[in-house]
Amino acid sequence: MRLAVCAGPATTGKTSVLRQIVRRLCDAGTRAAFLKVDVQYADEDEAIAKEFGIPARKLYSGELCPDHCNVMVLGDALLWAHRSEATVLLVETAGLCLRCSPYVDYGLGLVVLEATSGMNLPLKVGPMLSLADVAVVTKVDRVSQAEREVFRARIQDVAPNVRIREVNALHGIGIDPLLDDLNAAPDLDVSQPGRPPALLLRGNPPVGTCTICVGKREIGWQSHFGVVRPLDNQVFYRGE
Amino acid sequence: MIHTISVLGGRSRSGAPEAVERIDFRMGDVVSVVGPTGSGKTTLINDIELLAHANTPTGRRLLVNGAPAGPAQRDDPSRNPIALITQHTTFLSDLSVNDFLHTHARVRTNDASTVETTVQRTVAMANELTGEPVRIESRMTELSGGQTRALLIADATVICDTPIVLLDEVENAGIHRNRALELLRAHKKIFIFVTHDPHIALLSDYRLVMRDGGVAKVLHTDEAERSLSLLVAKLDHALSGLRERIRLGERLQADALEGLA
Repeated sequence: MRLAVCAGPATTGKTSVLRQIVRRLCDAGTRAAFLKVDVQYADEDEAIAKEFGIPARKLYSGELCPDHCNVMVLGDALLWAHRSEATVLLVETAGLCLRCSPYVDYGLGLVVLEATSGMNLPLKVGPMLSLADVAVVTKVDRVSQAEREVFRARIQDVAPNVRIREVNALHGIGIDPLLDDLNAAPDLDVSQPGRPPALLLRGNPPVGTCTICVGKREIGWQSHFGVVRPLDNQVFYRGE
Repeated sequence: MIHTISVLGGRSRSGAPEAVERIDFRMGDVVSVVGPTGSGKTTLINDIELLAHANTPTGRRLLVNGAPAGPAQRDDPSRNPIALITQHTTFLSDLSVNDFLHTHARVRTNDASTVETTVQRTVAMANELTGEPVRIESRMTELSGGQTRALLIADATVICDTPIVLLDEVENAGIHRNRALELLRAHKKIFIFVTHDPHIALLSDYRLVMRDGGVAKVLHTDEAERSLSLLVAKLDHALSGLRERIRLGERLQADALEGLA
């Protein structure tokens, strides 16, 4: 079972990119399964199931952080994909939090960014970009070639080891190299019922215990413990 | 060194094979792409810019010096030998002109010491093309349509400095078009103009006629058209004179177009 986890800010085109990947997998005779993790609404699973006839489902994280939810269910999801006779699992996350990232050590990590989003976006999305394997830049037809090149340079400045693939996901241009990236991901052993493969989240989660999460409402770092930060300590968080 | 770029025909919109099966652009060629709106002109130059290899909706394939382009040329736009000047009249980039051009010059060169002069030459060229000077401290998003197109042309010519330049409807750019043609022709490159402008079309060595998403035929500019181009140039010059005087709020006189007939 090969695994790809796809993250990115809202409306950047994650689903369009994954749909193009699914189309090419279907054409090549590879059966894929699709899981969408979102907070409270998603219909991508139904659209993809209808369009390609592949196993697809969604999970609402509700009050839980969606990346936390993803960690909880990913093992089950790999076994579900195997039972559904798929050999590739594509997971689309909600990508809301910019402090941690949903990628795992033995799966392909894709971050989807849009070329139209502003030159500072690569600096803002933290480990969602810096811990990914591939940054997929969408909507490249909407900007000039000069802007594409400068946007690429801004990504490389923050994340020099992340491969960059520029695509037009609506027309499927530039998608093929992503299939090569997916095929190079390790083949996970999912043959043991009830025993998902051992996977680790990449990088470190942002905090062990959040004092706010456990109910401390006082404003000001002096009232909290664990990871605290005063105003004058600006660190650029990279997830590790 | 690039000496030829070839386009191998794909399918027109109806699915039929493209009428012209192969076009070879040679270094120094000046080419126009003509055809009605929606006939596939922009799609053709997008295919060229992407160095398509049957992976775009048209199925066209591009060859560089007779062979398919390597992944480095295709996947890294800063190594792409083709600069595309699109019809965009606004930048979405939220940087200052200075930061934008410095970043672009840095990724396009191997010699960091040249970045500053490259940026200055780019702004100087842009300011030869537009009546409203581009200031280096302006934000990219504040530039007018004319300033944007002028900066795109200067960026493609000076910073990209690629052997092939594609220009999508430069005549609508709100810039000094004749000056642009003059400055561009000083560089020996392959220029491909998408155009509705008879002056630009007649100055080209040949023109590709688009129909229904495909290249329908290739017309080489013949002697009769070449001699006609002198008169078209005069007409064009006279019309831009009139346009300039209207812009400046002047009245036009009846003798303004005398001597053209």
